[in-house]
Amino acid sequence: MLESIWFLLWGVLWAVYFMLDGFDLGLGTLFPFLARTEEEKRYVLNAMGPFWDGNEVWLIAAGGVTFAAFPRAYAIMFSGLYTALFLLLIALILRGVSLEFRSKIDNPGWQKIWEICLFLGSFLPALLLGVAFANIFKGLPLDEQGIFRGNLFTLLNPYGLLGGVLFVLLFAVHGGLWMALRGSGDLERRSGRMASKLWAVLTVVLVLFLAYTAVATKLFTNYLKSPLWFALLILPVGGLVLSRVYMGTQEWLKAWLASALTILGVTAFALVGLYPALLPSSLNPAYSVTIYNSASSPLTLKIMLGVALIFVPIVIFYQFWAYKTFSHKLEAKDLEYEEAY
Amino acid sequence: MDALFLSRLQFAMATMFHFIFVPLTLGLSLLVAIMETRYVQTGDEDYKRMAKFWGKLFLINFALGVVTGITLEFQFGTNWSRYSEYVGDIFGSLLAIEATAAFFLESTFIGVWAFGWNKLSPKMHALSIWLVALASNLSALWILIANGFMQNPLGYVMRRGRAELADFMAVVTNPFAWQQIVHTLSGAYLLAGFFVLGISSYHILRKNEVTLFSKSFRIGVVFALVFSLLEVVQGHMHGAEVAKIQPAKLAAMESLWETKKSAPQYLFLIPDPENERNALEILPIPGALSMLAYHDFQAEVKGLKDFPKEDRPPVTLTFLSFRTMVGLGFLFPLLALWAFKIRNKLEENPRFLRLLIYVIPLPYIALEAGWVVAEVGRQPWIVYGLMRTSEAVSPIASSQVGFSFVALTILYTLLGIADIYLLAKFARKGPEPAN
Repeated sequence: MLESIWFLLWGVLWAVYFMLDGFDLGLGTLFPFLARTEEEKRYVLNAMGPFWDGNEVWLIAAGGVTFAAFPRAYAIMFSGLYTALFLLLIALILRGVSLEFRSKIDNPGWQKIWEICLFLGSFLPALLLGVAFANIFKGLPLDEQGIFRGNLFTLLNPYGLLGGVLFVLLFAVHGGLWMALRGSGDLERRSGRMASKLWAVLTVVLVLFLAYTAVATKLFTNYLKSPLWFALLILPVGGLVLSRVYMGTQEWLKAWLASALTILGVTAFALVGLYPALLPSSLNPAYSVTIYNSASSPLTLKIMLGVALIFVPIVIFYQFWAYKTFSHKLEAKDLEYEEAY
Repeated sequence: MDALFLSRLQFAMATMFHFIFVPLTLGLSLLVAIMETRYVQTGDEDYKRMAKFWGKLFLINFALGVVTGITLEFQFGTNWSRYSEYVGDIFGSLLAIEATAAFFLESTFIGVWAFGWNKLSPKMHALSIWLVALASNLSALWILIANGFMQNPLGYVMRRGRAELADFMAVVTNPFAWQQIVHTLSGAYLLAGFFVLGISSYHILRKNEVTLFSKSFRIGVVFALVFSLLEVVQGHMHGAEVAKIQPAKLAAMESLWETKKSAPQYLFLIPDPENERNALEILPIPGALSMLAYHDFQAEVKGLKDFPKEDRPPVTLTFLSFRTMVGLGFLFPLLALWAFKIRNKLEENPRFLRLLIYVIPLPYIALEAGWVVAEVGRQPWIVYGLMRTSEAVSPIASSQVGFSFVALTILYTLLGIADIYLLAKFARKGPEPAN
């Protein structure tokens, strides 16, 4: 029971990370295509300004909770996906410093470097997270000791890559909508239009991914066992449809929230299929890392549950407040401000 | 080079690089909070400009601290997976608590603070930097409790082939951890104090914003003085704790080979680990080591030869780092006292002000050296007496570690140069003019 509660919490942390940092990563990916003038560039950067750092902590928390609640899964996942994780790490480091460094020096060469780094540091994490999770859904080549029998290229199979493309698109639509929400005039219009165009591609890729998932993974086993769970599909499908509807009426906040629902729904749908495994083994189901064979002691799980139940609501409360305080439409005076990006 | 050696090298590089930025974050967040609170209390615009100026340097420093912090969490799993599996029940929880209780608070309110100057009331804005200061210090507390478990494992039971939590309070109240917490935080605060002294001196020497920087100087000097004194006194107690709990580390710190009653301390000494002796020992202070370790001039101090070879830490590195830390540690209170003495007649002491500019790097060196003593001195153990570092490494190919080590080293070098360049640029530029 405790293990299952922690599986749920583990899933929630990843889902919230995708939902929140998703728009930063998506916006960073769109950056070279969206921002034309220096002014527009700075609008895009400041649209993520006060948020990206707090969003990234959801990843650190997701990693930390994997370590605390399922230490064996943490050990196998992080050492097995070694090179992919270091690429992710380097990309995220570049993303963070690009935002902080770019506007500190008024020199086109300096700024160009950090703009390229921002794009790479946003696009690569989206892609790598998608590739990594798709491979987890599919199963990793884990032997009986949990040693990963493969390398970076093992992960770059068609299903893994499709997962990567899916994440890039999910985040890009999400980021485009965020920019439409916070930008105005031409930038708002183009961001919205870009999100709508990408939405069509996303819908196609999502359907393909779902179909491929039925073939390449065992995620549907749980659903076939208890078909009621299929009702969960209403979240991603509903989110996807609603986001398109609100794009049409240019109600950007609602469209963004619907897109957030899509991301949460896709994650939830996949994790229900994964349960109770955390890292299925593609070599032999018996070698899979599950919540049962990787969990911490009941005492640790109980103490950590107390910690999570106290702090996560507090975190949600103040992050919600920070979003309310800063998610207004950007104006010229937001750029003149000296700490602005 | 094998995966173990490369992983150790990478861990040392990534952690020491991260720790360049951590202590200034810990100390300067508090100093900026104090400055901004003065502004809220007095309405004096100078304090606002002061908080903004030091706050800008704080943010540039913070940027690299935060992005390189993710590496630290990841690398326990990537490079030390056997360790993670073995002690994750305890160590992993402490990291998770650090993230949920501290990192969220720190990272959310740093954004609120940086972007909120015109959006929040002055009180709310000052509160947000206090929350950042509280959170970064809380995160130090939890990570040092986690490190305390590696230094002096307590509150666990061996079950299912791993160390499982038996007594959470024992883990959290680990006396060794609390010595480290006080020692590290005092070090961070004195570093921030000397940072403020050095940069203030630079501007006062150039007659730039003399009033504002004299005020900064007088705030910084209190930190430098109080915490450099505390560091010496508490450092002594910390040393006594090491003697009790990790006698092999103490012997390496002092390069003491033979077990001795009334052990002396040599002012100058060159270790010769090959031949298990010191190549040179001059200027002994009789009984000093016994006194320092056990508060008794006659006490017996265990020498390295009394430990099996495979249980001894690397002697030369531990010894040299310890000497560096202690030597600098005694210099700081003297400098701080002098700075305190002249705090009201700064412009009459240009030479000392110039000296203070060059003092800025010294606390950094002392703090890094201190961590080398703590971590290298703990070898060959990753968890003292419980798990060896050699047993903790992930089953990964050395080529993978070679790639990540080279990539991280190049990246960190470039980022470090860019960040220090930006820090220097904005430190020189000084505060925005008053309007």
